[in-house]
Amino acid sequence: MVILSQLFTGVSIGAVLLLIALGLSLTFGQMNVINMAHGEFIMAGAYTVYVLQQSITDAGLSLLVALPVAFGVTGVLGVILEFLLIRRLYTRPLDTLLVTWGVSLVLQQAARDVFGAPNVQTRAPDLLTGNVHIVGDLVLATNRLFILGLALAAVVVLSGVLRFSSLGRRIRAVVQNRDLAAVSGIPTGRVDRLTFFIGSGVAGVAGVALTLLGPIGPTMGTNIIIDAFLVVVVGGIGHLKGSVIVAFVLGVLQSMIEYSTTVSVAKVGVFIAIVAFLQWRPQGLFTLRTRSLA
Amino acid sequence: MTRFRGRRLAACAAILVAAVALAACGSKTGQNTSSGGAVADTSGDTVKVGLLNSLSGTMAISEVTVRDSLLLAIEEINAAGGVLGKKIAPVSEDGASDWPTFAEKAEKLIQQDKVAAVFGCWTSASRKAVKPVFEKNKSLLFYPVQYEGLEQSPYIFYTGATTNQQIVPALDYLKSQGKTTIYLVGSDYVFPRTANKIIKAYAAANGMKVLGEDYAPLGSTEFGTIVNKVKASKAAAVFNTLNGDSNVAFFKEYKSAGLTAASMPVVSVSIAEEEVKSIGTQYLDGQLTAWNYYQTTAGAANDKFVKAYKAKYGADKPTSDPMEAAYVAVYLWKAMVEKAGSFDVEKVKAAADGITFDAPEGKVTVDGATQHISKTARIGKVGSDGLITEVWNSGSPVKPDPYLKGYPWATGLS
Amino acid sequence: MIRSTFSSASLRVSAGFAAGAVLLFAVAPAALSDFRLGLLAKYLCIAMVAVGIGLAWGRGGLLTLGQGVFFGLGGYAMAMHLKLTDAGPGQLPDFMQLYGQLDELPAWWRPFASPYFALPAIVLLPMIVAFGLGSLVFRRRVRGAYFAILSQALAAAMAIFLIGQQGTTGGTNGLTDFEGFFGYDLDDPINQRMVYFIIAGTLLALLLLTRQLIRSRYGELLVAVRDSEERVRFLGYNPANVKLVAYVVAAGMAGLAGALFVPAVGIINPALIGIVPSIEFVIGVAVGGRATLLGPVLGAVAVAWAKTALSEQFPAAWTYLQGLLFIVVVAFLPGGLASLITLARRRFRRTSEESTAVGKPPSPAPAAAEEVAA
Repeated sequence: MVILSQLFTGVSIGAVLLLIALGLSLTFGQMNVINMAHGEFIMAGAYTVYVLQQSITDAGLSLLVALPVAFGVTGVLGVILEFLLIRRLYTRPLDTLLVTWGVSLVLQQAARDVFGAPNVQTRAPDLLTGNVHIVGDLVLATNRLFILGLALAAVVVLSGVLRFSSLGRRIRAVVQNRDLAAVSGIPTGRVDRLTFFIGSGVAGVAGVALTLLGPIGPTMGTNIIIDAFLVVVVGGIGHLKGSVIVAFVLGVLQSMIEYSTTVSVAKVGVFIAIVAFLQWRPQGLFTLRTRSLA
Repeated sequence: MTRFRGRRLAACAAILVAAVALAACGSKTGQNTSSGGAVADTSGDTVKVGLLNSLSGTMAISEVTVRDSLLLAIEEINAAGGVLGKKIAPVSEDGASDWPTFAEKAEKLIQQDKVAAVFGCWTSASRKAVKPVFEKNKSLLFYPVQYEGLEQSPYIFYTGATTNQQIVPALDYLKSQGKTTIYLVGSDYVFPRTANKIIKAYAAANGMKVLGEDYAPLGSTEFGTIVNKVKASKAAAVFNTLNGDSNVAFFKEYKSAGLTAASMPVVSVSIAEEEVKSIGTQYLDGQLTAWNYYQTTAGAANDKFVKAYKAKYGADKPTSDPMEAAYVAVYLWKAMVEKAGSFDVEKVKAAADGITFDAPEGKVTVDGATQHISKTARIGKVGSDGLITEVWNSGSPVKPDPYLKGYPWATGLS
Repeated sequence: MIRSTFSSASLRVSAGFAAGAVLLFAVAPAALSDFRLGLLAKYLCIAMVAVGIGLAWGRGGLLTLGQGVFFGLGGYAMAMHLKLTDAGPGQLPDFMQLYGQLDELPAWWRPFASPYFALPAIVLLPMIVAFGLGSLVFRRRVRGAYFAILSQALAAAMAIFLIGQQGTTGGTNGLTDFEGFFGYDLDDPINQRMVYFIIAGTLLALLLLTRQLIRSRYGELLVAVRDSEERVRFLGYNPANVKLVAYVVAAGMAGLAGALFVPAVGIINPALIGIVPSIEFVIGVAVGGRATLLGPVLGAVAVAWAKTALSEQFPAAWTYLQGLLFIVVVAFLPGGLASLITLARRRFRRTSEESTAVGKPPSPAPAAAEEVAA
């Protein structure tokens, strides 16, 4: 019984990781841009819920409204970031890491100045603070079920867009061969910006989901960003399915180790597992075959 | 070419030798040195005091309120004529939630600003980092937060609760309520680990059973597993020593798992009015906290404090235990200085014993031997309005006992 | 021709070092109060880490965001030795008596009681860890962003691990409250000055070492690996080994810095190891000029000084400024402030002496005279 509820916890940790990493797997995986401010985009999504709840009193409705609004807000943030800074740095991926780290510091302090240093409080609808009783002691928390659903929906929508839409075809074309895409008449700059819009927008959605689980404060982004990057690194560049599998595996691994030992041991254990895994498959679980030597 | 290099290296070596030779001038450990003892600058008609709090970083959430409270006390004292006829001039420094920075800023306050005393620090780690600085410079620190005990620096006054004024009474309360099985959840740092050591010793001697013990890294926000373990243990109560952000995630998870204050109450020792506000009453309703002061504590002194605080900082700002302890610290220092008739650190220390103050939490008395103060212990329940109301108190102030020497079950702990 | 410009450059460098030595050993101690000198000692420790990062990142292209780990290893090794000396033979350090459930010293603490073990360990321990991790990671061609993120995750994992072992490592508190430093009382201001002199001397020595390394054949190879790893591989070298050396040397420098930080500041704790301090080490390097020798040092000292000065005045402003420094310097001035100087000098030279035939080559100097002769 305990194993089952632990398994559920692990899967739901995986779902959270997946939601956080999904946007990254677009921006990092597809565009090779390391956006350290991704965590602060998540924070912005969470604050969107807080702001909306100032005018929309119904908790459930505000949450539903927040999903698209947060997507838009953080998407636009992402486009601004892409346009002002990242555009200039496509040839220097390591430098994007440092620049966006700077952006994340500025955004954090801005949140502190606008909303105050203390965490803010959001309300969750009663439906999402309860649980579903399965059998015996096994109960599934509704907020975690909701997040699991949201994560899976996001994966389905994103992979649908990537596979079937013309935008998706263009994105894939740019990822596989930027120059060839450009000479085929694809406006690579605009495709980059759109990719960044979607990737950052997903971060906003993740932020909305996180209000159900944890604190909403200026530093909420920094705590999760490294885990999310590890998911993408291990999952492999340019593949959503890699991130999906790795997120759930890491989630379950983490919760299982944690159950029998402690959180610290689990974190260190997961890290060791990742280094070992990269020894075996240095390019991640799935690799994109391109002609580049890199 | 090689000639140059050789000369350079020779020069370098000479410098190093010179450095080592200089070193020989210094005193060895164990020798009695005349070093340290920075003197406070009390010339002029003001006296400087240092305020050392995190104004940025993760701890800013809590420490800014302490700083505000210190400033309120200083303002009140100045309005009433100051200390020994001198106005207090506060020098505020930012510890930035970083322990080496605390040590650096403490040194700056003492040596550059020549303050008469410093008020501040919140985490045990920051206090441990500045402790050698105050001892080296023979300068005073007033520390206003409940802590894990087992400390008694000659240059620190502790105005927050030590373990026998907060944790032990909370355990007494649980025992009196018939909760004999408990689960311990805490953040991974000194206070929770030490507190839990004491709890386990208490439990062993009082027929209580500790069913489990879990620590989450500071700032951790994933409590699915820990709550699963708590739930599976079927303990009668949870003793929570989590700090900061982690509380938010813990209580959200706790509610989702179907656990409530009625089915498995949580006693928290780090959740005050400010934290209740940021976690949300939706998740905290009916849970217990252990402190020495609540905004709702009855008494004229508290009415005055709450009114003054809200007038200065806004009606929506709650007052909490560490804020009250900081406020009291300034008044106690004033009383000590006036009794000593001097700002001199040694004289102030000598005058400390027996000083009393009619604090918002009730009467407090300084115990000169331990440099802690006697405080009334209280248990409170979080209400749906976000305020905490008292459900039990110790009746009279509890004498501080940082090493728990008066408790037979605690022998061997320190 | 080449030889003559080279030795004049060498003369200039010697003069630079001499000026630096005078500044550090004579001017600073005379001009600064004990408190400010102590701060400078702390900045110089950070500068030592920066020298290593400059080598690994600026020269080798290895963005290591985990230098805090090596800084911490060196720092803890030193701190453990000092703690054990304070406690005296056979005794437990004070914090273990308070928080640990231990009756005797853990086995892995024991060797640190001997200075003959502890002193080499402050450099060797970080180097061994760097060697282990580096040889695994570089050989499998994990590089660029992957390496940066892995090194960052290592810093996070190490900090969490140390916090979790409270009874034996002091947990979040870290190790603090040291009485003596190899027999000298640390409370004595004169001894604090001695610590400062040791730090300043070590920094100069590390700079000399780095200069030799950069100018050697190995230095050329390192830059080549940074700029085109595949070509170096096709030339028959193993880029993994080249990178490994830079990484290990940088780790050793960080370890030394951490060890000297302990007597200077009086504390070492997990907060100095995690993600944030590790990335803060990098900013000074970026500001000063990553690929130059002195840039990282000056940048690190300037940034650390700005942090102290600004946070005394406006605590919130520092975070903004730090963020903006990252953004502006890295995005728009990747060569750091040093590139401004080079730019200015080039412009100056072009106007003043047009006739000079030897143009100054772009930053990393080409094959030096020694190699030409060899």
